[in-house]
Amino acid sequence: MAFVPRARHGGTMSGAGTGGSDTAAVISLRGAALSYGERVVWRDLDLDVRPGEFLAVLGPNGAGKTSFVRALLGRQPLSAGELTVLGRPPRDAARHLGYVPQQAELSAQAMVRARDLVRFGIDGHRFGPRVRTGAVRRRVDEILASVGASAYADVPLGLLSGGERQRVRIGQALATDPRILLCDEPLLSLDLHHQQAVTELVDARRRSHGTAVVFVTHEINPVLGLVDRVLYLARGGHRVGTPEEVLTSHALSQLYGTQVDVVRVHGRVVVVGAPDGTAAPPHHPHDADRAHALHETDGVRP
Amino acid sequence: MTLADGVWQQIFSFDNYGELLALVRNSLIVGAALGLVGGLAGVFVVMRDLPFAVHGISELSFAGASAALLLETNIVAGSIAGSLLAAGAIGILGARARDRNSVIGIIMPFGLGLGVLFLALYKGRAANKFGLLTGQIVAVDTPQTTWLLGTSALVLIALAAMWRPLAFASADPDVAEARGVPVRALSFAFMIVLGLAVALSVQIVGALLVLSLVVTPAAAAARITASPVLLPVLSVVFAVLSIEGGILLALGSSIPISPYVTTISFTVYAACRLAGTYRTRRWGAGKTASQPA
Repeated sequence: MAFVPRARHGGTMSGAGTGGSDTAAVISLRGAALSYGERVVWRDLDLDVRPGEFLAVLGPNGAGKTSFVRALLGRQPLSAGELTVLGRPPRDAARHLGYVPQQAELSAQAMVRARDLVRFGIDGHRFGPRVRTGAVRRRVDEILASVGASAYADVPLGLLSGGERQRVRIGQALATDPRILLCDEPLLSLDLHHQQAVTELVDARRRSHGTAVVFVTHEINPVLGLVDRVLYLARGGHRVGTPEEVLTSHALSQLYGTQVDVVRVHGRVVVVGAPDGTAAPPHHPHDADRAHALHETDGVRP
Repeated sequence: MTLADGVWQQIFSFDNYGELLALVRNSLIVGAALGLVGGLAGVFVVMRDLPFAVHGISELSFAGASAALLLETNIVAGSIAGSLLAAGAIGILGARARDRNSVIGIIMPFGLGLGVLFLALYKGRAANKFGLLTGQIVAVDTPQTTWLLGTSALVLIALAAMWRPLAFASADPDVAEARGVPVRALSFAFMIVLGLAVALSVQIVGALLVLSLVVTPAAAAARITASPVLLPVLSVVFAVLSIEGGILLALGSSIPISPYVTTISFTVYAACRLAGTYRTRRWGAGKTASQPA
């Protein structure tokens, strides 16, 4: 592994964070690399995320977005370099990290209510019998109200729409009053209206509490107005910087090693010609045939 | 007497009921404990989608019990040994759901085959053989009762200690792992607890029908409530109702206990399913109506 410079790294465009340089970074990566055997997913990654910063993580499938999330959660050790969350190893910071996982079918969806999911976020990790405290219950009610989910607090998750479930998820992630909010494709299979609602919740939280947001997404446009910096992961390398710096034809062409055009139309960014077609056309990361699921509406019940 | 009357008499007979009741006092006590264990373990069996694992474990439990019968040692201990072997193998080899089902599918016929072999070699009472597969009530003697109650207590303590993180890990494994819950260790620990619970249930309802005690009551309860308190309570109530009702009804008849137990638990499930349809409709409607503007 190459020597790791402390300051700026030549290989990446380290954009200035919007948070002042006086505030300590909540996430810090130095010369970080991750590989599975021979296959290097990403390397030489230098990044500081500051309190209140909104970092979007973009990139095609297989470029290491999921590995990045797993590394931040302390579930995937780096193969080189250094990663600290709140100045310590990621596993020790788990309590301060709110995590909104990719939407998945839960086998027990019918047996868990919205309020139970939030409560898991508060004391689900503790062993031993539950001490019946009204305080915890009140806190759950508060959280549900703050994400606008009070109306369906007692409804099993299986009966909620994707948008409703995602509100509850964000409530769960905020239950521990985290300093970092890590969202993995939170807008997946939500209609425009719900995408907006979810991003607004996330944005409100970072403004009121200075919570740093790491937002892994396929689609930059719903959050374009909120993003301070972008981490663009591609198979050939990565770029860090403001959307204006990273989402350019020049930068992405260099990253992909082929001609890629970035077009801006009415404040929206469209990427044309990227292998794997990423930031522009919304498509399901697992199964392109399920693209119709993106237009799920409030009325649809699974 | 018509043929129908004769059959009816065989199924329901309450002659000398008082005297018989005294004979099965132990069974009733053990039955209550099993209802408690089965009802509680069942909640996680349904949450974690493990009914097939229950079936697989019970077949190896049967093999263990029949080996014990052949060797004339403690049947409960044999049944527990078989259960733990199966649960451990499923827990280690089948951590992921996809692998798990094939592992179970491979273990199950092997266990059943071994059981059949041991029973074929056994020269004792035929009723003992049959009982391991389809259940028995009078066979629970005092030393067995001690074993059964002791194991039940162990299972209950283990479940109480890990209930919350286990529920978290079962319902929401990704976030649970991110929060530092030892998801894999809990998964293995639960398999072991489940193995014990299954070994206990085999003693009463028999290896073939364990599911009616460990899955059906919890599945029924899940149809009518999602409350983390009411769900296990109802599941236990249904399990105890099935097993004690089964014992009491089977008492005077010459038929094994299991059809009574399975019929009661199935009826409860059917009723809960019907009630659940109403519940789903009510929620769907109520939620839209109270949606904030």
